Amino acid sequence: MENKNKSLIDYLLILGDNSLILGHRLSELCGHGPSLETDIALTNISLDLFGQVRSYFQYAAELTGGDSTEDTIAMKRMDREYRHTWLVEQPNKDFAYVIGRQFLFDAFHLPLLEQLVNSKDEMIAAVAAKSIKESRYHLRFSSSWMERLGDGTQESHQRMQSAINDLYPFTYEFFEETETEKLIFEAGIGADLKVIESTYRQTVKDVFAKANLEIPTAPARKTDGKKGIHSEQLGFILAELQFMQRAYPNMTW
Amino acid sequence: MVAADLRSLPVPVQEALLEISDPEIPVLSIMDMGVVREVSLTDQHVHIKLTPTYSGCPAMDMMAVDIKRALEKRGYTATIKLVLAPAWTTDWITPSGRAALEAYGIAAPLDPLSDKYALIDGKRVVKCTQCGSTNTKMVSQFGSTACKALFRCEDCLEPFDYFKCLK
Repeated sequence: MENKNKSLIDYLLILGDNSLILGHRLSELCGHGPSLETDIALTNISLDLFGQVRSYFQYAAELTGGDSTEDTIAMKRMDREYRHTWLVEQPNKDFAYVIGRQFLFDAFHLPLLEQLVNSKDEMIAAVAAKSIKESRYHLRFSSSWMERLGDGTQESHQRMQSAINDLYPFTYEFFEETETEKLIFEAGIGADLKVIESTYRQTVKDVFAKANLEIPTAPARKTDGKKGIHSEQLGFILAELQFMQRAYPNMTW
Repeated sequence: MVAADLRSLPVPVQEALLEISDPEIPVLSIMDMGVVREVSLTDQHVHIKLTPTYSGCPAMDMMAVDIKRALEKRGYTATIKLVLAPAWTTDWITPSGRAALEAYGIAAPLDPLSDKYALIDGKRVVKCTQCGSTNTKMVSQFGSTACKALFRCEDCLEPFDYFKCLK
């Protein structure tokens, strides 16, 4: 029982941390988006992702017991305890990066949620059913910008392709099954990464074709984000994300 | 799926629930929005199940605080529980809620197909809340809150919000 809970908590972190870190990256753009409309859109997406994280972390806190809360999980872990993939921690280098990162995540996230809706774990199924409606809007938004930039001017095309060339090698990590994901899938709670991967590839193929972009052929980056090994980017993210709780432990609003 | 039935509850409890609205859309009461899923009473204590519209909706916490306050004013205490399943859909907005939205200047959600036409294909199907023309154009897929998109009427030139279909 205890072991099962441990895997389930770890799985909730794998699910939640992607949304938390990507939500944080998007929140950095609040007031800095290239136009008012995109600024609002990106921060709205950020808000949706934070909402989803809260549900996952509240559940994880309940399973953990003791003093654990959604806030301690979000704010008080050490870097090696975060379980997100490397893609989502990549910085907001330019707007093409922001859109490329968002699209690649959405193209993975939507089919993931489509499977989690049928999870044997009622809580995960409920969060997925809620999130899926929001994520459809996210994918629509990011796909339409992929097309606009990829099939836009020479400059926007070149930047979009270059962002994708940098980001694409990080996406293979989504589908590298960890021990936790395997256990949780076998228990009927998790998702079949192979099915997700084929939907993901199709979405990428379709949108890239419309956006006049080439699918990069560079090999996969060897990354272990889901096992807690992160790039140098995470340190900077946590410095900001955790600042208040580190400077004023247990502060509340 | 219909909203909680208030008829069997004492009048003050009904009144309290009917007076609370979404702080970001003050014309829409929480009953009209369909976020109150269940209400039951044990003596002077009210148990309420609320469901969020969007996961990250910051108005949810405020609504819970407002409900408690309105009930306390009438001598009741309350426990509010957030439930996620079944997930809220814009179909749960009542007809009077839709009318209130329109009167307030927010176009009520269309059916999923028309919604897609309007938001993705750029078709002119959303009706301007000022002049009623459908010669309208989406300005931004996300508006002042996650649940709305921003539109502009090409006839009367007024900007307005459209409440996106969530199903």
